[in-house]
Amino acid sequence: MLVHTFFSKIPSGATTCHKVNGHSVCSPVLVWRFGWNTVFAYLTNHYVILGVEMTLFVTVMAMLIGFVLGLILAVMRMSSNRLLTSLAWLYTWFFRGTPVYVQLLFWYNIAILYQTFTLGLPFTHVWVFYQISSNSLFTVIRAAIVAFGLNEAAYFSEIARGGLMAVDEGQLEAAKSIGMSRGQSLRHIIIPQAMRVIIPPSGNEIISMLKTTSIAVAIGLPELMYQTENIAARTYQVMPLLIVASLWYLAITTVMSIGQFYVERHYAKGALRTLPPTPVQRLRADLSRAFSRRSSRVGASS
Amino acid sequence: MNFTPESPATPMVEAIGVRKSYGANEVLKSVDLTVARGEVTVLIGPSGSGKSTLLRCINHLEKHDAGELRVDGELVGYQLRNGKLYERSDRELCAERASIGMVFQRFNLFPHLTVLENITIGPVKVKDVSPEAAKAKARDLLVRVGLEAKEDHYPSQLSGGQQQRVAIARALAMEPKLMLFDEPTSALDPELVGEVLDVMKDLARSGMTMVVVTHEMGFAREVATSAYFLDKGVIEESGNPREILVSPKSERLQNFLSKVL
Repeated sequence: MLVHTFFSKIPSGATTCHKVNGHSVCSPVLVWRFGWNTVFAYLTNHYVILGVEMTLFVTVMAMLIGFVLGLILAVMRMSSNRLLTSLAWLYTWFFRGTPVYVQLLFWYNIAILYQTFTLGLPFTHVWVFYQISSNSLFTVIRAAIVAFGLNEAAYFSEIARGGLMAVDEGQLEAAKSIGMSRGQSLRHIIIPQAMRVIIPPSGNEIISMLKTTSIAVAIGLPELMYQTENIAARTYQVMPLLIVASLWYLAITTVMSIGQFYVERHYAKGALRTLPPTPVQRLRADLSRAFSRRSSRVGASS
Repeated sequence: MNFTPESPATPMVEAIGVRKSYGANEVLKSVDLTVARGEVTVLIGPSGSGKSTLLRCINHLEKHDAGELRVDGELVGYQLRNGKLYERSDRELCAERASIGMVFQRFNLFPHLTVLENITIGPVKVKDVSPEAAKAKARDLLVRVGLEAKEDHYPSQLSGGQQQRVAIARALAMEPKLMLFDEPTSALDPELVGEVLDVMKDLARSGMTMVVVTHEMGFAREVATSAYFLDKGVIEESGNPREILVSPKSERLQNFLSKVL
């Protein structure tokens, strides 16, 4: 497929006729092969925007669960307590070993197994603080967030573990030597340094999650793919609506990548003697260099 | 025995029959050591002799397996209740370590924090000192180690000697009653050793109790009040460094000194 075909026009099958000197002249009607006019018509469609918002919401919530739970799992896995280590291992083994699609359907259908969820004293009916039916607890949105979040935690725990292991052992000893507890050492000394290693693969995870949310179409989550597929089914404009969805996913990942650059830069503090310039700084430096070169050339000729 | 902590008669560090093994390898074989208040004690010996392990047992970075180890009259890492020894909780260990400063061979400064933050983080997070008071104290300490112009630098922007002086200031910021030095000049270029030793000499003169693992025999002779020579986990010889380092009695120390000097 050559790039020029992206912007070529093809006969639509219809013809248009007009009279020239009393003769009727007919020619085929040409349309964009990729249906760009349809793409732009639907790019900011109300339902598409709703879909974008839902996709972002589920992505952010699931990643929050994934990051927090994943970090806890990583710390558990690295503790000296055998029980905690085994529990963390078992969690990762299960949630990484089954398809996220299966997990999604599982949480959505949890009401088949448990009709109600109860918060109270275990094994008694004496104190019941809160009770809710599974169907109202696991709405489509919540089922998607829980399924993606718990799945992500399994993957992120391994990323976090790698980051924590990358910090020099001497750092923990130094933190201990000034009287820090294990929790304080983790929070103030180890995790900030581990972040440098954790962020690049986390960027991958966030972008991967953004796109994975599209499989929640299966349980009817009204996210970006659901909305564009709906419009396509109604208008038969399949390709343009797929392009609409793709453009939105690309736009969001672009913004995220830019964000990642600055977060990485923040955590590189101290690790590099001088921080790399931001793209804006680099552009400004290039421009000023170009200008100074021109002015020096002018100076030499005069 | 009845100990009254913090009385001048109680030694700062007292080890009686301390043992430590890694698996089948016994690193410390019944070590006895006494460090009085205000004393500067050096531990010397070939690598693998157990001197660093002994130092690390004193602030419980390593757990000793047997024997009695006391700092300021208190058992290190354990508690005596009704005639039985109990391991101390994480929180009690932290309080113990907070009053013992430690300087490492490889500095172990926190690379993501500036020089000033490296020094203030301990007092602020562990001792709940206000950030302003901690900063003022940290600046005084930086003057003392001759680095007042470097407070906003990151460790990676400093030379090894400068990093080690910051590490000493970081330990001093906790106002320790005892300072441990684990080969503080071994990772330094020869021309940077002097600046670190100068800070340590100044500290010794101010009356700080210090235990120093070192290969710097000049420092040992000049500053230390007592010296212990360890070999294969045993204290072979101990005494006044100006005597045992000049005219050693044991053959092993004679051998060792002939190689180091």
